[in-house]
Amino acid sequence: MQMAFTVIYALDVFFGDSMGQLASALVTMFLGVLGCAVYFYGSNMLLDKIFPTKNRPAQQVASNLRIANRIRPWLFLGPAVLLLTFYLFYPVLDSIRLSFFDRSGEEFVGLSNYVWLFGSDEFFESFRNNMLWLVFVPTAATFLGLVIATMTDRIWWGNIAKSLIFMPMAISFIGASVIWKFIYDFRSGDTQIGLLNAVVVFFGGEPQNWITIPFWNNFFLMIILVWIQTGFAMVILSAALRGIPDETIEAAVLDGANGLQIFFKIMVPQIWGTIAVVWTTITILVLKVFDIVLAMTNGQWNTQVLANQMFDWMFRGGGDFGRGAVVAIVIMVLVIPIMIWNIKRANAEMEGR
Amino acid sequence: MITSSKRSLLTYLVHATVLFLVVIWTIPTAGLFISSIRDKDQLSVSGWWTALSTSEQQLVTRANDPSKQIQVGDKFVIQGNLFEGAPGAVTFFGFSSLEPAAFTAGSVAALRNDQTLQVMENGDYEFSSPTEWKGSRGQRIFYSAEVPPRFTLDNYREVLGTEGLGKSFLNSLTVTIPATIIPILVAAFAAYALAWMRFPGRALLVAAVVGLLVVPLQMSLIPLLKSYNLIGDFFGVGSKTYVGIWLAHTGFGLPLAIYLLRNYIAGLPREIIESARVDGASDFDIFRKIVLPLSFPALASFAIFQFLWVWNDLLIAMVFLGNNADQLVLTGQLRELLGSRGGNWEILTASAFITIIVPLCVFFSLQRFLVRGLLAGSVK
Amino acid sequence: MADVKLTHVKKIYSNKVEVLKDINLDIKKGEFIVFVGPSGCGKSTLLRMISGLEDISAGTLEIDGHVVNDIPPALRGIAMVFQSYALYPHMTVYDNMAFSLQIAKESKEDIDKQVRKAADMLQLTPYLDRLPKALSGGQRQRVAIGRAIVRRPKVFLFDEPLSNLDAALRVATRMEIANLKDSMPDSTMIYVTHDQVEAMTLADRIVLLSAGHIEQVGSPLDLYEHPDNVFVAKFIGSPAMNIVPCQIDQAGDNTRVALSSTVTVETPIRTEESQQSKSAFFGIRPEDMIVVDSQDKAFLSGEVAFVEALGEATLLYVQVPGCDDMVIAKQIGTLNTKRGDTVHLSATPEKMHLFDENEQSYTRKA
Repeated sequence: MQMAFTVIYALDVFFGDSMGQLASALVTMFLGVLGCAVYFYGSNMLLDKIFPTKNRPAQQVASNLRIANRIRPWLFLGPAVLLLTFYLFYPVLDSIRLSFFDRSGEEFVGLSNYVWLFGSDEFFESFRNNMLWLVFVPTAATFLGLVIATMTDRIWWGNIAKSLIFMPMAISFIGASVIWKFIYDFRSGDTQIGLLNAVVVFFGGEPQNWITIPFWNNFFLMIILVWIQTGFAMVILSAALRGIPDETIEAAVLDGANGLQIFFKIMVPQIWGTIAVVWTTITILVLKVFDIVLAMTNGQWNTQVLANQMFDWMFRGGGDFGRGAVVAIVIMVLVIPIMIWNIKRANAEMEGR
Repeated sequence: MITSSKRSLLTYLVHATVLFLVVIWTIPTAGLFISSIRDKDQLSVSGWWTALSTSEQQLVTRANDPSKQIQVGDKFVIQGNLFEGAPGAVTFFGFSSLEPAAFTAGSVAALRNDQTLQVMENGDYEFSSPTEWKGSRGQRIFYSAEVPPRFTLDNYREVLGTEGLGKSFLNSLTVTIPATIIPILVAAFAAYALAWMRFPGRALLVAAVVGLLVVPLQMSLIPLLKSYNLIGDFFGVGSKTYVGIWLAHTGFGLPLAIYLLRNYIAGLPREIIESARVDGASDFDIFRKIVLPLSFPALASFAIFQFLWVWNDLLIAMVFLGNNADQLVLTGQLRELLGSRGGNWEILTASAFITIIVPLCVFFSLQRFLVRGLLAGSVK
Repeated sequence: MADVKLTHVKKIYSNKVEVLKDINLDIKKGEFIVFVGPSGCGKSTLLRMISGLEDISAGTLEIDGHVVNDIPPALRGIAMVFQSYALYPHMTVYDNMAFSLQIAKESKEDIDKQVRKAADMLQLTPYLDRLPKALSGGQRQRVAIGRAIVRRPKVFLFDEPLSNLDAALRVATRMEIANLKDSMPDSTMIYVTHDQVEAMTLADRIVLLSAGHIEQVGSPLDLYEHPDNVFVAKFIGSPAMNIVPCQIDQAGDNTRVALSSTVTVETPIRTEESQQSKSAFFGIRPEDMIVVDSQDKAFLSGEVAFVEALGEATLLYVQVPGCDDMVIAKQIGTLNTKRGDTVHLSATPEKMHLFDENEQSYTRKA
């Protein structure tokens, strides 16, 4: 492993220029894939060598096989378990530990980070804004997704429409931020190059600097995420809607239900589970979102959110690990109910197998 | 009769609503793209939606310097064209910033010392003087002109070159490709083990993967930064390396990868796996020769996810990669530009478009797999 | 000697459910054995335990004289044909058949020879380069069999191989399997099905299972003619044997039983004196019933409740006074009997069956 690191690093240094960099990336990629292959292939071969099952007395074959079969799953799982432990499991525990330590992470300070957190205005501002995000974004995205999914299923160019509404999914948060910053652009005078202000001026209004209007500016940021996530909700809900048996809708038509009644009383209840999944998925994403706030306002004008605040503390004044960790833990605590719900659902599914 | 007309009205309403929504959803991106190929002078003074119409602009150009003067009879003359060959129509002109539109096109303006300036509608100008022109710089001409729409790739040329986006593009590729492939390999083996091998602790591991699926990255950042510093010091390579970010993306992508692939692999027909076992295949053979080829759709789905996620990521790149030109990825570069060139929309729009063009291509060409992956990952 | 021997074999799942209880069975080399029984009886589990895909919870399994409880499937000398065929969808027919030999690292020439021989035998040669999805159901079935043949196993295992085929193809493939057996007299074959016609037509011996234990082992005709108990009697034969609860009126060499207060029948079956007055079950197959024209010659009379004309035969559902269940009589050809008619039924005494109160057969007089 160390060898591989050294080799890769040497390649990294050696090829300073751009093309060389891409070449070294390709070489490393090749080495990485090769390394993985060698590991999996080699370790399995080794296992078969140590515990042979060919041309041996039956008794030995049986015992060798039992041992090999007990080890083999862990050869398959090994790299994944190591990576998950190092990158997710251990850091979660360490974050909890660090939240009780000072800015450098060396001196135990008890609960003082927590005391600071719950006493700071900045935290309450972020927390309030996060709650706004949590209510508005999943609701708006799921609702719009459901409406669009229902409508596009009825028209012949529905797939094209879906494709276009789904498209923002592929755009990075930072790219989307630039796109929308351009829409919200403000300049004094009559000529506006930001679309929103141009529309306002067209209808005789006063142009505004949207992202600096306290409280409401939060919504201008949230719209960006709704714009990105509606496509996701739409795709999943559209599949769920198509999974509803036609007979139930036909039966409702025969029973004399109108369009809205069919939608709310027959279709929505049948896809309730999917709606919940979409909702929670977007909720988790909202808790983690920081790029948009960083790019649009960096938390100015009362738009701070937890994820950005955490990032801020990680590097502010050389970094305060204790306070950063405390904010991270708040985010984690908010996620835990969804996590438990997910695990329960997955377990129920496993038993059904 | 009544119901059918009511129904067709409703259908029109649906068509109209969907069309409206599609327009709302695509206009921001369209605006960005159109702006990025507009001339930067036009971009800064008029909205992109006017890009196709002729615009009235207040412009300034510096005339040719005195070294280009020629002698015509007893006069010294400096000639040139304001548009330098491009189409356009001058309406008014002037020689001072106080009165930039003092004269109509075609008239002759009297300057000091019997010098004159004449500007024609087609942009031809002529300074004329009884004495020789002095100085090293040309004079400024102020003018109003009807300028037809002008599209150009100059913005792209500029950001790819001087703003360093070309380099960032390569950096992004360097990060993305290995960070997409490594987790697939690691996850596929783990997913097979979790789906088809029997061992104690399997249910617990599956539950752990599902749990880690939603752990916010923020929880990991600080401890990992510390670990990276330690490891970097130990090897003497610093904490910000490409290998570091590949592995970080691998680690963070694994829960979804394992979860998606396990769902798919567990859904393969049991009898096919058993048949291979009766045929004498070991688990390694079964994985390599049976499961891997049959799981191609799931592998493709995850590859697209991971590609989009890594390419679009800003957070991990900011924490685990440096800020220098050798390591700054596109998203990071775009963020830097937002800070340093916040008002230069020609730079921002072109940069943003370069950032999103690759994922958009991936998205439109492989949408089928992406949708399939989303459904496998969410609807269960 | 490729015999398969099961001794006190049990299967208990982790939740303590015992799906197979104490199975003892000795299968001889070259035999065609069919496991048959209703769904959930454990027949497939038993087959999978022989194949090695399921662990054996208790008891021993011997193949060819070796205990193979802990030997992996591939080393047991078995080959299996699955219900869904389990063809590898991404491999051609050739590769599907060659797979096991490639795993065993046999030489290319050997593999080629084996595969072509099997393909020839199963008329698959023109399809060797096709993928399974381009084949018909019957062809896929043959590929699955071919995959088993190339391994030259000592024991062939078939897990309901015909249940995914339509009726016509099922008959044709059944005959192919019978031919296959004839061409490989040394191979032992174990075949699981829920279809008694397959069991009757293919088997040397049938193993009839129910609820995790063996009800009876014997040749098809043995099971048909001499069922050990009511379960076997009702399972084999269609329509099922009429079973009428009765009381032993007079025990002895020729037992007389009372089917109701008015109807008594004398059977050539011996019962001990001790059985006198005990309750018992009288059995007679529908096809062994004869419609006679007068009550004197009949042992049962009743009113026809339903008539099912099948063309080649006619089924009469007869309500006999004093009996709860209807008695079915199957007559060859068409009859002009109508619902509501009274019919008189007779039977050869030798075809009668008598079971004791525990549903076990009284042994027939030699």
